[in-house]
Amino acid sequence: MNKEMDLKSVVAQLRDGMTIGFGGWGPRRKPMALVREILRSDLKDLTLVAYGGPEIGMLCAAGKVKKLMYGFVSLDAMPIEPYFRKAREAGAVEVSELDEGLLLLGLQAGGHNLPFAATRVGLGSDVMKYNPHFKTVKSPYDDGEVLLAMPAIKLDVALIHTSRADRLGNTQTDGPDPFFDGLFARAADKVFVTTEVLVDRIDAEYSDKAKSQLFERCLVTGVVKAPLGAHPTAAHDAYGWDMGHLKDYAASATEEGGWQRYFDQYVKGDEASYAASVGGEAKIRALPLPIF
Amino acid sequence: MTTAKEFTLAELIIAAGAQAWAADGEVLATGIGPLPRLAAGLAKLTCAPGIMMTDGEAYLVEDPIPLGPRGDYKPKLSGWMPYSRVFDSVWSGRRHAMVTPVQVDRYGQGNISALGGEFQKPKVAMLGVRGFPGNSICHKNSMFLPNHSKRTFVEGEVDVVASVGYNAKNWPEGAKPADVKLGVVITDLCVFDFNGPDHAAQVLSLHPGVTFEQVQDATGFPLLRAEGMTTTSAPTEEQLAIIAKLDPHNVRATVLKGNPSGVRAA
Repeated sequence: MNKEMDLKSVVAQLRDGMTIGFGGWGPRRKPMALVREILRSDLKDLTLVAYGGPEIGMLCAAGKVKKLMYGFVSLDAMPIEPYFRKAREAGAVEVSELDEGLLLLGLQAGGHNLPFAATRVGLGSDVMKYNPHFKTVKSPYDDGEVLLAMPAIKLDVALIHTSRADRLGNTQTDGPDPFFDGLFARAADKVFVTTEVLVDRIDAEYSDKAKSQLFERCLVTGVVKAPLGAHPTAAHDAYGWDMGHLKDYAASATEEGGWQRYFDQYVKGDEASYAASVGGEAKIRALPLPIF
Repeated sequence: MTTAKEFTLAELIIAAGAQAWAADGEVLATGIGPLPRLAAGLAKLTCAPGIMMTDGEAYLVEDPIPLGPRGDYKPKLSGWMPYSRVFDSVWSGRRHAMVTPVQVDRYGQGNISALGGEFQKPKVAMLGVRGFPGNSICHKNSMFLPNHSKRTFVEGEVDVVASVGYNAKNWPEGAKPADVKLGVVITDLCVFDFNGPDHAAQVLSLHPGVTFEQVQDATGFPLLRAEGMTTTSAPTEEQLAIIAKLDPHNVRATVLKGNPSGVRAA
């Protein structure tokens, strides 16, 4: 069993119109190497599901998105992702704006093969108004409470960045917060992971870190070795986010033809030329992790 | 306890904000933005020792973390609070957040999602509803708004109801409106809450030098004078010393335009 793939062969498995979920949280641990490979492809009409960061903005900027389902789309220090904002204000993409917890519950229901999750979250808010397909359900018990039936979210594909992986599909993820990578993985028909470090057998080399596995290997379809593959987002404990680069990216959103400039300058080539264009491996590895 | 003679409006707001958590016991306290975060830290070290706080990322701390670059200071971690557990805390009601909506209406509903236009093509896209729907239906929320005006405290309803309030007609057919817990609303002019008759907004205290009429003129909905309405208490020297320690880089001076004094000239 060898699940190793490369970026191109993963993107070759994606189809127009697919629903794709992304692990990570804002500008943290995003599978950016795969996102850049999608940007280099002719994929289109995608539905994206995320606690979004620059992956959402970039795919919107490139015109690849039909619909967004999100808890937020943010670059943290820049609270609103600039190309997400542009796409929203142009009405360029259909949106299902969710409470952050509703996204969690929808993915959880999807992963558990349930039709919905019962919750109070969303009731009384405009989440109900702007997701008109949401329905309520009445508790069958004595309380009789009316709750939101948050529909299951099923993904065709989840793309997730990890710290370490092996060729069997085992993964380990460093950092203080697992976020919801495990829920994205379980809600998806196929999971493709990128990894900072790829080994033959993770048990042979990182046995002491088994608790950092966020989802089991049977969920994983393919593993891609992509060191620095989360740049410009943070990948604990390997490197922090690149706020300088993200500021340049954000600035491009205010320029005429700015996206094309960004794409040509950084994305157009391959991952080797990308790393060089943003200052090289040593510079990326020296990016400090953020403090709050 | 010595009342300070000189203090900024930001410091007055932090000291007033700390009181929001005073009666809470052991809940997760989340202050979003510099002044609410400093208010939570001050509360932890004075009137609300039971509250739990995080390092702003994924760990619990017993000593509030100072804002900004820390030098040699290394936070001591008392527990783990990743986002999955934050949601558990939210949904079980063991949290009190202080947040800053862009718009607030007479029902106590808040908006951080979008302004104007159609929802699918808003005039101004903002943050999205983020965690506001779940937070507001599950646990207590207080608010800090730095610019008290009719643009923030709107006539009618907020453009997008992100956090729920006391507008029963927004609940779906057959659903009983939630027992929404709104704490205090602290602004650059006053402290008010929604605990008047039928959840009407009522002013609890006016900041030094501010009149009720001035606050009403800056508010898009009617305000009541709460029984015993008073002047917002000036911070004590002890509180100011704690605030300075929690904010060594004086971030608090950058929040309100011109960093005005806490006592307005008449």
